[in-house]
Amino acid sequence: MSDKEYQPKSKAGKWFNDRLPLLTLGAHLTDYPTPKNLNYWWTFGGILTFCLLTQIITGIVLAMHYVAHADLAFASVEHIMRDVNYGWLIRYIHSNGASMFFLAVYIHIFRSLFYGSYKSPREVIWIIGLLIYLLMMAAAFMGYVLPWGQMSFWGATVITNLFSAIPLVGDSITTWLWGAYSVDNPTLNRFFSLHYLIPFLILGLVVLHIWALHVPGNNNPVGIDIKKPSKDTVPFHPYITIKDTFALLMFMIIFAGFVFFSPNVLGHSDNYIPANPLVTPAHIVPEWYLLPFYAILRSVPDKLGGVILMFGAIFILFVLPWLDTSKVRSAVFRPIYRQFYWIFVVDVLLLGYMGAMPAEGIYLVLARVGTIYYFLHFLVVLPVVGLLEKTDPIPLSISEPVLSGGAKLSMAKKDNEKF
Amino acid sequence: MRSFSLKKLPVLFFIFFLIINHSFGSEQTKPIKVDWSFKGLTGKFDRASLQRGFQVYKEVCSSCHSMQYLSYRNLGEPGGPEFSKEEVKAIAASIEIEDGPDSQGEMFTRPGRPSDKFKSPYPNVNASIAANGGAYPPDMSVLVKARPGGSDYIYSVLVGYEDPPEGVILDDGVYYNKYMIGNKIKMSSPLMDGIIEYSDGTEASVDQMAKDVTTFLSWAAEPELEERHKTGFKVMVYLILLTVLVYLSMKRIWSRVDSEE
Repeated sequence: MSDKEYQPKSKAGKWFNDRLPLLTLGAHLTDYPTPKNLNYWWTFGGILTFCLLTQIITGIVLAMHYVAHADLAFASVEHIMRDVNYGWLIRYIHSNGASMFFLAVYIHIFRSLFYGSYKSPREVIWIIGLLIYLLMMAAAFMGYVLPWGQMSFWGATVITNLFSAIPLVGDSITTWLWGAYSVDNPTLNRFFSLHYLIPFLILGLVVLHIWALHVPGNNNPVGIDIKKPSKDTVPFHPYITIKDTFALLMFMIIFAGFVFFSPNVLGHSDNYIPANPLVTPAHIVPEWYLLPFYAILRSVPDKLGGVILMFGAIFILFVLPWLDTSKVRSAVFRPIYRQFYWIFVVDVLLLGYMGAMPAEGIYLVLARVGTIYYFLHFLVVLPVVGLLEKTDPIPLSISEPVLSGGAKLSMAKKDNEKF
Repeated sequence: MRSFSLKKLPVLFFIFFLIINHSFGSEQTKPIKVDWSFKGLTGKFDRASLQRGFQVYKEVCSSCHSMQYLSYRNLGEPGGPEFSKEEVKAIAASIEIEDGPDSQGEMFTRPGRPSDKFKSPYPNVNASIAANGGAYPPDMSVLVKARPGGSDYIYSVLVGYEDPPEGVILDDGVYYNKYMIGNKIKMSSPLMDGIIEYSDGTEASVDQMAKDVTTFLSWAAEPELEERHKTGFKVMVYLILLTVLVYLSMKRIWSRVDSEE
């Protein structure tokens, strides 16, 4: 890369850059050679950065008006909605922002699954990404508790009770988490504290995520290694920045649609009822983005087993780079994996749907089928397909027509446009 | 392999579950769909209906239901019932508010001010439960947002009182309601034709009062609704224009790369 040759033009710039090479970093980020065939599924990294910053900024303002006390939290949220200037706007951006954040992260993750972005040499990027995802779930869960409505309280009760399934020390751990003998004011207080902390941990991990990305460079829809810089790459600025901005604006239009015209559709109406430890809601359901895991949890009749499977469903993703035995990255050249990929997408949607339904009858049966298939996909399908599959010929570069893969490449490109 | 792409699977899946969801909905009677003026992208409250709805709340509901997150001043704010300054002052002044302690340490009562919160009918939740045969009359500030079905549901419950079907036996103080979740409600039908006399001369039928008070409660739950819709429209126009400009810039910038091929 050309980083090392970078020299600021001005004297002052040179003086500063010799002491702290921020300008070199800026030049690196500007020139960063990026594959020129990235499609719109690659714009979600930028969109996610926007989501994180939006949550942090709106969250800081909300924290100026919110009161983390069991007797006052609900009223303080209503105070924000009614008395704080544009409080309704800030709160609706923050609450819908959480959903938009997850929508974007799921697209980002499924893009990686389709194009094999988690494979060598990008395993560390993938793992840092999963850590971010885990922290996002923790932050979202605790944030949902803060308004101290019925779903806040009972959601917190259900999730924290999971830890009581741990043999021997489970009950002690749960009491320790609560800071009391049930979900109560100390729980609310610490959740607020952690909810404020976690986004900054995420921010730190995002820096590492991007750093790790800039070592091998971006994967691309064709999934091949490319020379950098070369005819196959474009500088990050202005090519990728303008494309990311365009995609971000499209995303913001959907975001604004929710905030201004349907701000409560993604939430649960029970959360506008103040928390009441004596009245259990008919159905306790988490926010939509946690539903697939909730379905897995409930599909096991044994509590400990359910907890293990639920956490297993997330942790299995950490070893995904080693479960997938195929050397070919992009599903574009993997005719068999491509089919299983879409079946897996449907399986996750199915689990999400079952998570929202009562755990009984046909719903429970389907949730169990979905759970079994979820693990089969990782433990059987991926290793076996990778070994047996006959992949399509792979082009040697993005731009140059190649000996054997030329025809396929044009097909692949068409495929991507459709996708 | 290529004749049927599995990419279509998720779409088929959604259609499949929409059908399932539609045909196996719960047995609960769906609320009546009302064509509210405040629904839709440009929805606004009907000012006269809000003012009448406040009258219904004040003369009927407020004897049991609190509205603790609203202040009297809200009644005069834009996007709400928009009572005049004098009217708001008069409404507030008609209420006795307990204040204090004064410099002697004594509590005292005074006429309400626009900045006061709506006075609750009971000193606390337990008192409200005790006075209502063990049933808690919920606070109405965000009631519309706290019920699936929202405004339609509140309206439907208000007009949904019926004689119980055969075979349904009700305890004392429990009433049958077609739309209430579980069909049993501990509040007797609060509205009767002519129970109040509207100050604007509108005929106070049960249906009219139910619509008016639901409109009022919908505003109480979302007092920002009109401003939200207006701001949202501007934001959308701005975003769409900016998106078009950025799209054109993007095409221009990328034409340098595309022309190389």
